[in-house]
Amino acid sequence: MQCLEWFGKKIIIFSEQLGLILLLLLSTLKQMIIPPFEMRNTVKQMLEIGVRSLPVVLVTAIFTGMVFALQTYTAFKRFGATEMVGTVVALSMTRELGPVLTGLIVAGRAGAAMAAELGTMRVTEQIDALETLATNPVKYLIVPRFISGLLMLPAVTIVADFIGIIGGYIVTVGMFKTSSVVYWKRTWNYLEFSDIYNGLIKACFFGAAIALVSCYKGFYTSGGAEGVGKATTGAVVLSSMTILISDYFLSNWLFR
Amino acid sequence: MIQLADLHKAFGAKKVLQGLELQVDRGESRVIIGGSGSGKSVILKHIIGILKPDKGDVFIEGVNISILEDNELYEIRKKFGMLFQMAALFDSMNVWENVGFGLTRQKIKKPKDVKEIAIEKLKMVGLVGVENLSPAELSGGMKKRVGLARAIAHEPEILLYDEPTTGLDPITADAINNLIVEMRERLSVTSIAITHDMNSAYKIADRISMLYEGKIIQTGSSDEIKKTENPVVKQFITGSAVGPIKVEGVNHERIFNRA
Repeated sequence: MQCLEWFGKKIIIFSEQLGLILLLLLSTLKQMIIPPFEMRNTVKQMLEIGVRSLPVVLVTAIFTGMVFALQTYTAFKRFGATEMVGTVVALSMTRELGPVLTGLIVAGRAGAAMAAELGTMRVTEQIDALETLATNPVKYLIVPRFISGLLMLPAVTIVADFIGIIGGYIVTVGMFKTSSVVYWKRTWNYLEFSDIYNGLIKACFFGAAIALVSCYKGFYTSGGAEGVGKATTGAVVLSSMTILISDYFLSNWLFR
Repeated sequence: MIQLADLHKAFGAKKVLQGLELQVDRGESRVIIGGSGSGKSVILKHIIGILKPDKGDVFIEGVNISILEDNELYEIRKKFGMLFQMAALFDSMNVWENVGFGLTRQKIKKPKDVKEIAIEKLKMVGLVGVENLSPAELSGGMKKRVGLARAIAHEPEILLYDEPTTGLDPITADAINNLIVEMRERLSVTSIAITHDMNSAYKIADRISMLYEGKIIQTGSSDEIKKTENPVVKQFITGSAVGPIKVEGVNHERIFNRA
């Protein structure tokens, strides 16, 4: 009986959270199209989410490309298909690893920062202060973050895709002495434009999801410093889970 | 005129307001007193429309704001200025940007004039040369003053003060009280302050209302409140732990025995 009660409570909390996230999404979309537009805040958030995430994304992408090439090369050698390494790296980076890894890194970096900043603003009544100064906090705080997530994640992802392929090149050509011409030829021969843009569609979705989930966690924070800590952790966990779970369904829809 | 009619509000199982009635006349300075957690801040948040009542209505100059759409509510809020308990200054902006925030957002003044006006408002609350500092560099009393300058910058008709003297030393607290009185005299605004600091209440109020168990149980001038026979109000203003108001988690028998 207690087990049922516990399960029931969890279902109620989950439905409540989902409802609040959807309402926040609707409110964000509505405020997005009503002028005035928060250009200054949006540019600031684009810098934060995009430009400042770039170094860590690049390091991740180049090493992922390198290790992927290393593993694929040594495995493909067994059946003499080493010339296909370029293709495998390019397809994996653009379709899967580029958007997902970028999403996870941005969730950990920018998502945590969003939840912590909004959470602190909530517990120190700064969000209430915005309301009293006739400023809609969804428009002022959440819309710029949402737009930045939506636009900057694909922008960072396309750089990550390219750098990952370069990483693959360094290992395949530099270390295993395969022909450079073969690597690029195999990369471009089998890579289709749809691989790239479908990957970027996933990145757009991940960016919007990270911003929405993290802002939701921060916006509805309660319980002082401890609450801000919980909101920040919750934002990273929930964003990461959303990315990993939705990735399967998006891939199933986009690439089948 | 501000009127709260039959206001009810609960958070989960906790009923905070239970049929509260309150009327504040134009130009009046009203202080609402009550214990910690009694719902004083909740009243202010209903007046400015941040919280919606479960039941009952809030009228500002005859307009029922509890049924307004968001954009209409933001228009009404332009009449208000609010000073928060911990000042609630925006960390991401410096002092003058904080003070000028409402002016910039509401497009009341041209952007190039905002800094000048902010400096002038800071001067009104006794602060000079702090405009470029960040909120983190200010003391508690200075933060409250900046918060007050921000609240009055757009020349509101109604000022709300959430525990204006809490957390300040007695001298700084008195300076804030003087500022509140001065603001009322210079700007002739309607003001509502909530506090549990009786010195502050006597100093700034035209009339004082006592909130207890979700209702206003007495309203009167400072003198009337001082001479009250209501045991709840009497216990509160004399600051005694013994009486009809029970302090949560305190064993009264032990207090008596020790005495």
